[in-house]
Amino acid sequence: MEKCKSILVFGYGNPGRQDDGLGPALAAMVADWNCPGVTVDCDYQLNIEDAATVAEHDGVIFADAAVNGPEPFAFQEILPFYQPTFTTHHQEAAGVLALAAQLFNKKVPGYLLAIRGYDFNEFGESLSAAAQLNLQQAATFLRQFIQNQAAGEPVGCTAAQLFKDRA
Amino acid sequence: MIASNTSNRIVIQPVTRVEGHGKVTILLDEQRRVQQARLHIVEFRGFERFIQGRPYWEVPVLVQRLCGICPVSHHLAAAKAMDRIVGVRQLTPTAEKIRRLMHYGQFFQSHALHFFHLVSPDLLFGFDADPAIRNVIGVAAKFPDLAVQGVMMRKYGQEIIKLTAGKKIHGTGAIPGGVNKNLTTAERDLLLKDLPQMLTWSRAAHKLAKDYTTEHLAKLAPFGSFESNHLSLIRADGAMDLYHGNLRAIEAQGHKIFDQIDYQNYLDYIVEEVRNWSYMKFPFIKSMGPEKGWYRVGPLARLNTADFIDTPEAEKARQEFMAVTNNKPNNISMAYHWARMIELLHAIEKIQQLLQDADLQGKDLMVQGQRQRTGIGLIEAPRGTLFHHYEVDEQDLVVRANLIVSTTHNNEAMNRAVQKVAHDHLSGVEITEGLLNHVEVAIRAYDPCLSCATHALGQMPLIVELLDHAGHLLDTRSRN
Repeated sequence: MEKCKSILVFGYGNPGRQDDGLGPALAAMVADWNCPGVTVDCDYQLNIEDAATVAEHDGVIFADAAVNGPEPFAFQEILPFYQPTFTTHHQEAAGVLALAAQLFNKKVPGYLLAIRGYDFNEFGESLSAAAQLNLQQAATFLRQFIQNQAAGEPVGCTAAQLFKDRA
Repeated sequence: MIASNTSNRIVIQPVTRVEGHGKVTILLDEQRRVQQARLHIVEFRGFERFIQGRPYWEVPVLVQRLCGICPVSHHLAAAKAMDRIVGVRQLTPTAEKIRRLMHYGQFFQSHALHFFHLVSPDLLFGFDADPAIRNVIGVAAKFPDLAVQGVMMRKYGQEIIKLTAGKKIHGTGAIPGGVNKNLTTAERDLLLKDLPQMLTWSRAAHKLAKDYTTEHLAKLAPFGSFESNHLSLIRADGAMDLYHGNLRAIEAQGHKIFDQIDYQNYLDYIVEEVRNWSYMKFPFIKSMGPEKGWYRVGPLARLNTADFIDTPEAEKARQEFMAVTNNKPNNISMAYHWARMIELLHAIEKIQQLLQDADLQGKDLMVQGQRQRTGIGLIEAPRGTLFHHYEVDEQDLVVRANLIVSTTHNNEAMNRAVQKVAHDHLSGVEITEGLLNHVEVAIRAYDPCLSCATHALGQMPLIVELLDHAGHLLDTRSRN
């Protein structure tokens, strides 16, 4: 995989629903880093117009809360894949990649950073203590990933190596 | 899941969120005919507890966290309620026009998204087409220009929201008594640049919806359709007004049930019924009772209640729309899509008018008044009339909140639509792909918001289950 020239970090979720705010919280942290070549976006959920934003970048990292799965987080490459939805108005990350490829003829390498959360069922603006710890570890990982990008390492190799190291 | 001892029960469960999911239960009688159909939507709960004790001025921002789909509608309805709390009945011209621009931007992006992403596959490929093709990727493959238009129209509306609300998420633009920013000339010029293209695409989208509806009228007219009352806000002169007005309700033939009712008195006219099988309430018109007083809201209702639309192209489209039913209310559920595209056209015409108005660059943003204890704010959200009602104590803290969202107003109507479709299309006790498709299409006409909740990875996919009268699973079907 070629080195990314520009990276989009897209955190999504509802910060008013406890740990569902993990994605936006990570996006806010990345924005504070002011990394060259890194664009940060944030929304309640992914949607079709995000395909246009993704298509303007050379790589994208989606950050979302996970109701189950590995702790403290999982990081994996995702491939374009569209899953039809019933009537809700959100897109999966793989669906956004598929739309970027189909509509804008741009095949953007994509990764999903799934940060494990625990509390989702109440209104509340704060993350659970366990989710905050997971967020910190995910942020540390992502910062290293981005720094490696700046140093010129190929995206795929860097991600795989970091993932292996963390495990 | 409930099983009946005397009936077979078919369950269609499209679960896509932790809560905010929908489930369809079709109840058969002993002869295995459709006896009843129910749409269960788990509405957001706990909002009152979340909002109680918070300062009133935080509420327009807080309520956006209810829903990731229509945060702007909640933001503006709450701001209108808080206008009353701070004793303001009339905003400055700049404040009202900034809010209206934000609102029309929300309409534009929401209607474009619903039509291009969710509805156009049904219309372009047919209700019975394979879901693997009947989706936005399928549209992109066969009608690439149309798919790109949908994305770019949605993006344009989102840009309007960002510039008027301050940011994409948790916008702060509307505050009690006004707004906290105007639109700079640079921001205005940015929006004006793409406006001609948006107008062109809106006309094309309207034409697509109109042509489809009129060409397939014989098939669409009975599909999930029934006579109903209709309710919306209406301007003092009878014009459609999506931001502000008084309440008007009409019955199926167009006779007014009530008209020009100040929504501060809505409790005298609207009652919410609780039913033991649903988390969602069933509102009805008080004078008519629950059996006859239920009504529809949203684009179809607004087209039916309005005497006219105050923008030229949308008004011409409205006249064509009403002519289909000889200027009587249109009760065809699938006509929601055409009505929605007329509103899309209206929204972009309004955006055009507003962007040419120098008041948007005005400096007078706020008004203050005499502090009140109760504030009620109503707005026409893309899906229908949205009610926000708050009480605030002497310490400026919210002590009570009540919301009636658009999907709640349409609750009874969606149940009836599902029952009609089930009656017309269910054969035997098998949930066929065709039946599922038809149920989806009927519900989708209302553009219900099923996701006033969380969005996280690992949720359940669409599941369809068939149970016998004793609760045994006979069949299951999943989209994923």
